[in-house]
Amino acid sequence: MSSRESLLVILLTALFALVLSILPLPQWLTIIRPAFLVLVVLYWSTMTPYVAGLALGFVSGLALDVFQGSLLGEHALALSFVTYLAVRLNLLMRAKPLFEQSLYVFAALLIYELLLWVIDGWTGRSLSSWLRWIHTAIGALLWPVVAGVLGRFHAPR
Amino acid sequence: MVGFGTSVSRPIYGRGPSPGLRFTVYALLSFTLMYLDQRADWSARIRYGLEAAAYPVQVAVNSPAATWRWLTSSFATRNALRAQNLQLQQHLHELELGQLRLQALEQENAHLRELHAALPPLAKHWLLAEVIGVEAVPLRQRLIINKGAHAGVHVNQPVVDGAGVLGQVVHVGPWSSEVILITDPEHALPVQITRNELRTIAVGSGSADELLLPYLAVNSDVKSGDVLVSSGLGGVFPAGFPVGRIIGVRREANQLLAQVRAEPLGRIASSREVMLIDFDPAHPAAPPAAAALAEGAEPVLVPIKPAAGSATGTARKPGAAASNAAARKPS
Repeated sequence: MSSRESLLVILLTALFALVLSILPLPQWLTIIRPAFLVLVVLYWSTMTPYVAGLALGFVSGLALDVFQGSLLGEHALALSFVTYLAVRLNLLMRAKPLFEQSLYVFAALLIYELLLWVIDGWTGRSLSSWLRWIHTAIGALLWPVVAGVLGRFHAPR
Repeated sequence: MVGFGTSVSRPIYGRGPSPGLRFTVYALLSFTLMYLDQRADWSARIRYGLEAAAYPVQVAVNSPAATWRWLTSSFATRNALRAQNLQLQQHLHELELGQLRLQALEQENAHLRELHAALPPLAKHWLLAEVIGVEAVPLRQRLIINKGAHAGVHVNQPVVDGAGVLGQVVHVGPWSSEVILITDPEHALPVQITRNELRTIAVGSGSADELLLPYLAVNSDVKSGDVLVSSGLGGVFPAGFPVGRIIGVRREANQLLAQVRAEPLGRIASSREVMLIDFDPAHPAAPPAAAALAEGAEPVLVPIKPAAGSATGTARKPGAAASNAAARKPS
């Protein structure tokens, strides 16, 4: 697969994940909804770090900021940082079986949510509820599914 | 590779700076954006542009639900429509009767206040908007509506439905706006209990069916069933709009403040259509923001410092024309 083709696939899957992330749902579902966009960005930045790197992370984060009405740059910073980690550790993570990858993803999601939590706290918007952490565990559990689905879109390395 | 480069960042395809450098650039960019969004007023323009770009996606995301509603209403049976029509007529008659009594009361009120002319209607303009999206962040209670700056919507504009107060506009895009609901934890609304005119603040709980009244003393005269109306002190909502009904009061002997919960009267979770109101500044019940707007002042979302323990949290930014106590946006 050429890198242009895969860029198109990456953008389309990211857009689809964004739609999933902002789809209006009943409240209990929004609490357990995993951060689809973060998972997709993590996948592409570990598997194709030279096609989808930090730019994808930053732009996706900015999109989340706009659609979720949060402080501009908040999700952008958190997602860029997590993407940076993924790009740096991509060889380490790619060699692991899916189960261990899930643990890495869990750590990444925790860091992502921690950054958001810290920024929310600094700017006085803190929603001091443990509910905001639920999605990290669900995202990690969902990682094998995400990796399986997205794996169909790109050729084995 | 310089700086952060290790074997991993070795440029296999030989292009671009190292991930560490790129991350630094993006992080600086994010911090700049956050700083501007938090401090400077002109970031509203960036947001305006971004909301415009976001509008098509919001419409697309909402389209399945909208299509379903359109289908169900197009294929409603004749009987269902007749039943609905009868119900609406009934409702209209009830409202007309209420209106008759209201006019008499308004005249009496004007007379009692020794006003010689009858008051103008409180609402100067109102605008019907459709809800096209609900914010997907848990605990954050926001709506996206399909009217924006092109329809005359402005920041701090009150949003109500037929039953009560819903919230106020926080961000305006060209064709859409974002509304913060009174149940959002970042929102605080000055209210008054109708029974004894006790004033307090209603804070959002993060759940669509509950408001919290955290600043009432244990010995304050409040009980279940009391109706809350807006007190008009915040500068956004006029006095006397229905807000909620108290559903639970808990007093514990070892605490200074009672734990009071209320349910909102506006149909927060189910409203598909909302009303945006502009007030007539000549009316005494109109909030001061309306008067400021009438003078052509820029609507400004005045940030309120989230000072711990401050009951009202009304800190006005010096020089700001319009005021706002309801959105507890920190500065």
